[in-house]
Amino acid sequence: MSPETPAGNVWPIWEVFVRSSRGLSHVHAGSLHAPDAAMALRNARDLYTRRNEGVSIWVVPAEAIASSDPDAKGSFFESPQGKDYRHATYYTKSEGVKHL
Amino acid sequence: MSTSPETTTETHDGGHGDISVGVATAGTSGDATASATRITPGNALRPEDIALAVSRGAAKPTEDAAELALRLGDDALILAQRLGHWISRAPELEEDIALGNIALDQLGHARSFLSYAGGLNGKSEDDLAYFRDEDEFRSIELFEQPNGDFAVTIARQFVVSYYQFELYRRLTESTDATLAGIAAKAVKEVDYHRDHSTQWVLRLALGTDESRAKMIHGFNVIWPYVDELFRDDELTARLAAAGAAVEPSSLRADFDRLTGEVLAEALLDIPQVPAALGGGRQGRHSEHLGFMVAEMQVLARQFPGASW
Repeated sequence: MSPETPAGNVWPIWEVFVRSSRGLSHVHAGSLHAPDAAMALRNARDLYTRRNEGVSIWVVPAEAIASSDPDAKGSFFESPQGKDYRHATYYTKSEGVKHL
Repeated sequence: MSTSPETTTETHDGGHGDISVGVATAGTSGDATASATRITPGNALRPEDIALAVSRGAAKPTEDAAELALRLGDDALILAQRLGHWISRAPELEEDIALGNIALDQLGHARSFLSYAGGLNGKSEDDLAYFRDEDEFRSIELFEQPNGDFAVTIARQFVVSYYQFELYRRLTESTDATLAGIAAKAVKEVDYHRDHSTQWVLRLALGTDESRAKMIHGFNVIWPYVDELFRDDELTARLAAAGAAVEPSSLRADFDRLTGEVLAEALLDIPQVPAALGGGRQGRHSEHLGFMVAEMQVLARQFPGASW
């Protein structure tokens, strides 16, 4: 996938996800400019893994990411508030179970 | 660009806090202290390890090995100084950092080689880097060539990284354990430098008419200095006989083949230009080195022992 180059000869923006260790998930690390996916991976390697932070990198064209609307916070994210039955708070701990 | 998640870095006593990791054991230290939740510097042979091994007498170069280390250390040091000039001047911030990373890799190799070379007569890496004059440097002329435009720098990087990769790859089998250790660390880094320059050669050569013209110009400027990389002399003959290094001329076939593949993909011809005279290994340099060395050394010479 190759995003369209914006006007003004500016490289497109890519979002970078780095996995710090085997078994963990990729976490958003930041963004960068690059002319294409291959260079975006290399720039990400130079920018976000120079202190041994990662074992794997994903880069995604920023324009390919759909994000939630900040203005819709109320309808999107406030509904679960107060619904504590969705948390495991009503269970009683069985005897002898450790590490809960 | 936003901040990376490296703020969670912790001081890690078990890994690199321990400076006693010596040349002899560094190869086996591996990733045993790696953690899923902590960012650690990792374990690799560092210049400090070599300086320590040298100062304790655990590693001492022969006269020939020290001269080779001086040559390779000077190559890397001069290139690092050149590349450092790109910081804040590259076409994009991301490329600033890419070239800066490569410069720091080269500086690391220089520090290791010079620390080892200094072991012959009790000199430190700083003594060698800051308190020698121009004609005492043993670097090949290619490394001191001016940055030019971005394409010239990429052409220089392309030649250097393919040369260094072939050199270090063979040096990992050196009978000199310290040289082999330095090369084993360096070869992985130089492998990435090859990739970086190759990516740019392809993009510039196959990009616009202007970028292609600049890439062709870059190779025409740099190519006269290729020959000097592969010249044998009495030192390299003695080192080769001792199994401590290979003759530079023996790297040429692989260099030609691998660079040729990239140049063919980039639809570029190998420049037909006469070779420069080149006398860097004997301390005869082009007119560029003196100015560069003066700038590199001025602080250390004006304020000896300065630290910050």
